Amino acid sequence: MLFVISLKAEEQFFKLNFLWGVTMTETTGQVLTAVEKIEKVREILKENEYKPSRLIPILQAVQEVYRYLPKEVMNFVAEELKIPAGKIYGVATFYAHFSLDPKGKHLIRICDGTACHVRGSEPILTAVRNKLGLTKTKSTTDDMLFTLETVSCLGACGLAPVMVVDEDVHGQMTPDKAVALIDEILKTEKA
Amino acid sequence: MSDKKTLFIDGIEVEIEGERNLLELCRKIGVDIPTFCYHPELSIFGACRLCLVEIEGRGIQSSCSVPPEAGLKIHTNTDQIRKLRRNTMELLLASHPQDCLKCPQSTKCKLQEIARKVGVTDIRYKLLTKKAEKDTSSYSIVRDPAKCILCGDCVRVCSEIQGVGALNFAKRGSNSTVITAFNIDMNKSECVNCGQCAAHCPTGALTIHSEVDETVKDINNPEKVTVVQMAPAVRVAIAEEFGMPAGVDSTKKIVTALKKLGVDYVYDTNFTADMTIVEESTEFVDRLTNGGVMPMFTSCCPAWIKYAETFHPQVLKNISSCRSPQGMFGAIVRKAMPEICGKDNKDIVSISIMPCTAKKFEARRDQFLKDGKYEIDHVLTTQELAQMLKSSGINLAELPDTELDAPLGAYTGAGVIFGVTGGVMEAVLRYAAEKVGGIKDAIEFKQVRGFEGIREAEVELNGKKLKLAIVHGLANAGKICEQVEAGTCKYDFIEVMACPGGCIGGAGQPISEGFCKKQQRAEGLYKADEKCALRKSQENKAVYDIYNKYLDGGPATHAAHENLHTSYEKRAKISADLDINKV
Repeated sequence: MLFVISLKAEEQFFKLNFLWGVTMTETTGQVLTAVEKIEKVREILKENEYKPSRLIPILQAVQEVYRYLPKEVMNFVAEELKIPAGKIYGVATFYAHFSLDPKGKHLIRICDGTACHVRGSEPILTAVRNKLGLTKTKSTTDDMLFTLETVSCLGACGLAPVMVVDEDVHGQMTPDKAVALIDEILKTEKA
Repeated sequence: MSDKKTLFIDGIEVEIEGERNLLELCRKIGVDIPTFCYHPELSIFGACRLCLVEIEGRGIQSSCSVPPEAGLKIHTNTDQIRKLRRNTMELLLASHPQDCLKCPQSTKCKLQEIARKVGVTDIRYKLLTKKAEKDTSSYSIVRDPAKCILCGDCVRVCSEIQGVGALNFAKRGSNSTVITAFNIDMNKSECVNCGQCAAHCPTGALTIHSEVDETVKDINNPEKVTVVQMAPAVRVAIAEEFGMPAGVDSTKKIVTALKKLGVDYVYDTNFTADMTIVEESTEFVDRLTNGGVMPMFTSCCPAWIKYAETFHPQVLKNISSCRSPQGMFGAIVRKAMPEICGKDNKDIVSISIMPCTAKKFEARRDQFLKDGKYEIDHVLTTQELAQMLKSSGINLAELPDTELDAPLGAYTGAGVIFGVTGGVMEAVLRYAAEKVGGIKDAIEFKQVRGFEGIREAEVELNGKKLKLAIVHGLANAGKICEQVEAGTCKYDFIEVMACPGGCIGGAGQPISEGFCKKQQRAEGLYKADEKCALRKSQENKAVYDIYNKYLDGGPATHAAHENLHTSYEKRAKISADLDINKV
């Protein structure tokens, strides 16, 4: 089963925007104002016909706009859908996919699923944490440039260990390669 | 005979008569299946895994979530079930604080009770104590998430019965918890303080915010004069805490007990219930005849008021501006007591005993602040009164009778029935029938009594037909609010009480499951009403004496408006800075 999924994912050339809330807006460099973001949220609600049964797709889309789920926005969505804000908070805290904290500009995901773990994901995780000054409880850098997360399987076990930076999947990683990737991003960011 | 559907429980043939699950069938034949998460009035949840039964051919299943089917053979007490239940209890207890001795819920705790019932003597698992801070921000409820067993009773009663949804599940797995939105303090959430969550909580995770210690301190202070008002529903429930049946009228025993404790004046909220009827009926007739905002809602229930302020601000203009009987009493104490007891208001302590947790919040509304001081100092629930008496070594059951004090202890039967759903409506009708319709002998209006969630009635006054509605449970009230907002409401006058059954089912009352005890308490109130020589509010002479002395001589006067009426405010559901423009 795992194998079949991984094949399919590899065919897609690992442009992973299917499951994870990677924000297209940020990565394409487009910065939205607060008013524009609210307009987007209204559009999302409209597209989903203000149906409380569409809560999860609504939150997924909202998270793409803000890169996380701010309380203010969850409360706004609750009012618009006429459901208790606590219900939305419940859904947002239940799924690992949703984030209640602002995320850094670049999102690094290191797979710690069985295959990746066996093939050495842990040393990569440690190397990236050390490189960025992050810990188990601190996942975003102070300059808001990077957020580091672990995931439990990306469906690309054939390439284990896998690390995803924003939308790009990097297979057969090593701690050195991971650090080099970060250095590269830092270079472009400074330029 | 042939179309009778039956199944077998422990070898006994049982007829299926529309029960919604096996658990109800078992209870019907007297087999008490343990459960935390099943309440007949709530949706079926199947979370606690205690109500296990064995169905032949199907194995072990939770009886709350299996609909009855003809021919099933069920066993409720096999060795395997006994073992499983005990194990489930051990697992629950392993992650529950072991501090029963100092828990406010001790001896009333269902976790304790069922642990005893299924025979837990040892917990074979490593004890895990959840770390969670207590939330004491609410005037009404204390939340102690460490004691939560995640049965979801509070979550369901809050959203299904009350239509509020202040408490919800959040996070998952071993981190699951029941909290407010964004884990905000209870007093900043949309909670309306009805306390039904605490009344349904099987453990000490949700309890009543106790004011017993502060109250006793004031009673013991010789400098202070203490004045008590007692709400109607309290008298027919407190006896349960002292081993007597529900519905027994203990008014006179409570007076004795309070006097024994050192309270100086014991009065009755029924007095201002009568006053409320005079004032509110006058307001209703005025709205009706002078083109005021219609329909009119009653305003006695503080949980309903906060609900309307939070969820349906458009109907606030439809709510009678009359204070609740507690609120009116608060004002009357400050007006009349200095003269009665010869003390200054600063030395007079006003205490109310209520069946209700929301009354604690009501007493702290800004509208009830006078000269920088709240008119009512302490609000105790029926449960707290029982605890206060017990801690003072007073056994209510053994006390002789004492009459209430005059003049604020005088009441009519109309005031007594305020404590039950339909009671305020009936009291208004007794007033209106005579004052508007000129009918002198109309006393009992049985068409407004009962326990249906939304009841309708029609009366004719002076040739005009009035459509009435009586609702309890705020979710039901919400439905009527929506009709008013949409302009489709066909009623003229609507009585709302937040708690199922009205105040007799208030969250401050001794904990009772189902409607049986509530029914007995209601009967107790109707009996007490029948015993009253005077049964219409307009016959309460003491009320008019107070009007004449302190309130410009009658209802709807300037002084009456100043002291007996109030105002409402639109509220945000979540009181926090959640401006979406800032993110």
